[in-house]
Amino acid sequence: MSEKEPLLSKKYLKLVKDPLNENNPITVQVLGICSALAVTVKMKPAFVMAVSLMAVLAASNVVYSLVRNYIPPRIRIIVQLTIIATMVILVDEILKAYVYEVSKQLSVFVGLIITNCILMGRLEAFAMANKPWPSFMDALGNGAGYSLILIIVSFIRELFGSGTVWGYPVMEKLGVYNAGYENNGFITLPPFALILLGIIIWVQRSRVRKLIETH
Amino acid sequence: MKSFSNTYIFIFSTVMVTLVAILLSFVAESLRPLQNKNKEVEKKMDILRSVGKAERIDEVKDKDVYIEEEYSRYITGSYVIDTAGEKKEGINAFNVDLKVELAKPPQEMNLPVFVFTADDSTQKYIIPLRGKGLWGPIWGYISFYEDFNTIYGAIFDHKGETPGLGAEINQPFFQVQFVNKKIRDDNGNFVSVKVVKGGAKPDDLHAVDAISGGTITSVGVQAMMNDCLSHYEYYFKNAKTNQNE
Repeated sequence: MSEKEPLLSKKYLKLVKDPLNENNPITVQVLGICSALAVTVKMKPAFVMAVSLMAVLAASNVVYSLVRNYIPPRIRIIVQLTIIATMVILVDEILKAYVYEVSKQLSVFVGLIITNCILMGRLEAFAMANKPWPSFMDALGNGAGYSLILIIVSFIRELFGSGTVWGYPVMEKLGVYNAGYENNGFITLPPFALILLGIIIWVQRSRVRKLIETH
Repeated sequence: MKSFSNTYIFIFSTVMVTLVAILLSFVAESLRPLQNKNKEVEKKMDILRSVGKAERIDEVKDKDVYIEEEYSRYITGSYVIDTAGEKKEGINAFNVDLKVELAKPPQEMNLPVFVFTADDSTQKYIIPLRGKGLWGPIWGYISFYEDFNTIYGAIFDHKGETPGLGAEINQPFFQVQFVNKKIRDDNGNFVSVKVVKGGAKPDDLHAVDAISGGTITSVGVQAMMNDCLSHYEYYFKNAKTNQNE
């Protein structure tokens, strides 16, 4: 056993920072794409989705890491699924009770957090072999990396697709409609989110050159 | 890697699922009152919206209170009828679950009617609808003038229709088409309102435009109206005769 590290040591902070850019779950690991396309029409549901995913991921990672030494490897995937599914149902129930409107907008997507590859990916790749605290930090980092992309995508889609930001009618207040501007309906459809994600990945790789595959 | 015996694996799984089951049932039970309240308010809001009320919902701070106030002010009556058009006593129309009723044989159905009294004390009659879309249930509320023929307003909603396509049935542009359409032809026969792919003729009193790309959902709306309203046929006729007397 090595010396006890401080809770916010460089190593732990790296766990949070890496997924924001160089190891982003969406743009680099290319996980969780489907929800990034589906819930990013407006910022508010995208934000709630991001927070929900982060909560589910953090809780699952910590729980899984706590019991990691007792889990028989042969059934570990089933255990991962059970833990994730439990957390997702908890989040879903809480949303239905306290933010009903939002839960209606997210509809099936909260349930689909279960199938979000980021979750099983992190449990299998990280929480299985690490202690609860680093697992928690890892979850925060990956959750934040996911959230960051969702917020960027939903901001652009809401602004140019619906002319609002967080429900506030920005374009109307700017008076651009009078000048002949119109919202682009295509932007509100999932294909545009895919194009936008592609652009984000392109921009990111042009700045972080080591992400470019050489083969 | 440690190895685990089969017995251990069985015990581990059993304990795990038991714990999870206890936790989830506890949470579900303790949150149920709040969730039911949300559903109740939503239903009241849908009923109000079908007659064009609850229009300030986005401005008010406390939506629950606002909806309750509007509901008790405008929805002045509700009752349950059977398919022969007779009123049934002792059943609260608000608590009737249309999903359950529509699965029953027609003669046993409890069919709710809600009465809306406007500020000018004219009355409109609100009928709930329920049917199938492409992916799951769709539902709605439709209100009629006192002739039980001309539509005053309609709203629709859905559980999980395709966003941008079938899901558009809950948008005003689709719903507003139903206003002033008639469900009976000149001879008084029930024809409902058709949802026409490719666009309805503007002067057609019994048809509206379908949603492009949302054909199955649109057809679902048409079938839902046809089904649900056909059960009210005798009630409509009776109510109309009573008024004429």
